[in-house]
Amino acid sequence: MRLNQEEKDMLEGKFGKATQKSMEILTTLGEIFEAENMIEVHGVQIAGVSYANLGEAGLEFLNEMAEDGKVKVLTTLNPAGMDRENWQVLGIDEEFAINQNRAIDAFAKMGIITTCSCTPYLIGNTPHYGQHIAWAESSAVCYSNSVIGARTNREGGPSALAAALTGRTPNYGYHLEKNRHGQVLVSVNAPVKGTDEFGVLGKIIGDKLVELGKKIPYITGIPSATVEELKSFCASIATYGGTALFHMDGITPEYNKYPKPSDVRFEINQYEIESARAELIDDGIEIDFVSIGCPHASIHEIANIAKLLEGKKVKKEFWITTARPTKKIADEAGYTKIIEDAGAKFAADTCCVVAPIKGRFKGIMVDSAKACYYGRAKNKFKVRIGSIEQCIEEATR
Amino acid sequence: MMLKGRKVYKGVAEGEAIVTKDGISFYGGVDPETGRVVEVGHELEGQSITGKVLVFPTGKGSTVGSYTMYRMKKNNTAPVAIVNKEIDTIIAVGCIISEIPCVDKINIDDIKTGQHLIVNGNEGIVEMK
Repeated sequence: MRLNQEEKDMLEGKFGKATQKSMEILTTLGEIFEAENMIEVHGVQIAGVSYANLGEAGLEFLNEMAEDGKVKVLTTLNPAGMDRENWQVLGIDEEFAINQNRAIDAFAKMGIITTCSCTPYLIGNTPHYGQHIAWAESSAVCYSNSVIGARTNREGGPSALAAALTGRTPNYGYHLEKNRHGQVLVSVNAPVKGTDEFGVLGKIIGDKLVELGKKIPYITGIPSATVEELKSFCASIATYGGTALFHMDGITPEYNKYPKPSDVRFEINQYEIESARAELIDDGIEIDFVSIGCPHASIHEIANIAKLLEGKKVKKEFWITTARPTKKIADEAGYTKIIEDAGAKFAADTCCVVAPIKGRFKGIMVDSAKACYYGRAKNKFKVRIGSIEQCIEEATR
Repeated sequence: MMLKGRKVYKGVAEGEAIVTKDGISFYGGVDPETGRVVEVGHELEGQSITGKVLVFPTGKGSTVGSYTMYRMKKNNTAPVAIVNKEIDTIIAVGCIISEIPCVDKINIDDIKTGQHLIVNGNEGIVEMK
């Protein structure tokens, strides 16, 4: 692998220990994946923030890197295990809160912006078309590659941190045009609407890609999609299919850049959508928890929730998970007051996937297919998917 | 006998081989306090990998596994070296941050549990005594 003089100096330790360790990680990955050189990245998103996932080991590593490591580019964080201001109200224990803050402090010491969100693209860590970035967080990777047309591989926590501390990533995978072509033609022959249904669609395509052993779908038959619908779709297809990039006819920026795949194809009809939705509804579910905001709710979604909740009272635990900057906009717009007056709670900085809530609830209703997956696998909840309107109806019933 | 592979992480270490045909997930699959494999149904379930040359096809599971390897190194429960058939990102990053010599692209069927191995991560060579 070719390194320029500055990169060689990093590897030899001239910029300190953390930079050296980072360059070791990146050159090793580069050699494994046969990258020819390093490229500069314009932004980084780091995952592995929740103390529940990091543990003492991860924290020790972060502290070691924070001794002399400073980020070279704009870097933001994934959701943490708790709302940093409101953790007591949300039932998080104090020991966890202390440890979570130790982890966030280590990130802050390295110059990382400690807004903890899975939707960095909604809050200022926003690449433009064609830019190279190094992002972890599978849903955001999929969104940035596909919807924005930026270029990133699916980074893990340490490799994303290494990219932040050096401003570099090895040039392989989705950074190269030759690896961004659609591989499977997917024709959608049914109307798809709402965050829940786009999540269902993501599950169908994701599952099918795994079965076919393919990575990049080229999707036709979707006439329009909102940012929120695409956000939900990205989270779902990344969860079920490991997908980092898709093209959507007439919607995503690279849809006509590469030839349409023709040798492998499949169709999705109303029947497939209905049966996939049924797979995301557990029998005998008793719902005691409703959560919206996987990925983190946008201000548009929060405005809609406020409208639907105005003058009502929720009768179940109801979380809206979002980025803190988005929550601040909601505060100023008056949405927070309407939502909290109805008895629902904001959980900023965190989400129902990474918060330590296993065992606290029996059944969760969500508008997100990704949240269904982790609700079952990680938290052992029964799950039910529905539209935002249905979630609110359930919560207030 | 010498097996030639690819260097993943530098350093030279030797020890007794512990070989499995199953993939290893360090996160959840290995107890970093005891150094034992705890994944139910794993070929090495219940066995200690501490101080051994751990030989397995490839890593699996969560990327948090890299941090688990680091924790094992700090706890003195880590293997002394790792030999893989095909390295994956989690194990590669785990070896780098934990400074565990590692070689891949080795035909691991040639190695038997209990053999004494010298892993040369600088050259990408595994020597069997």
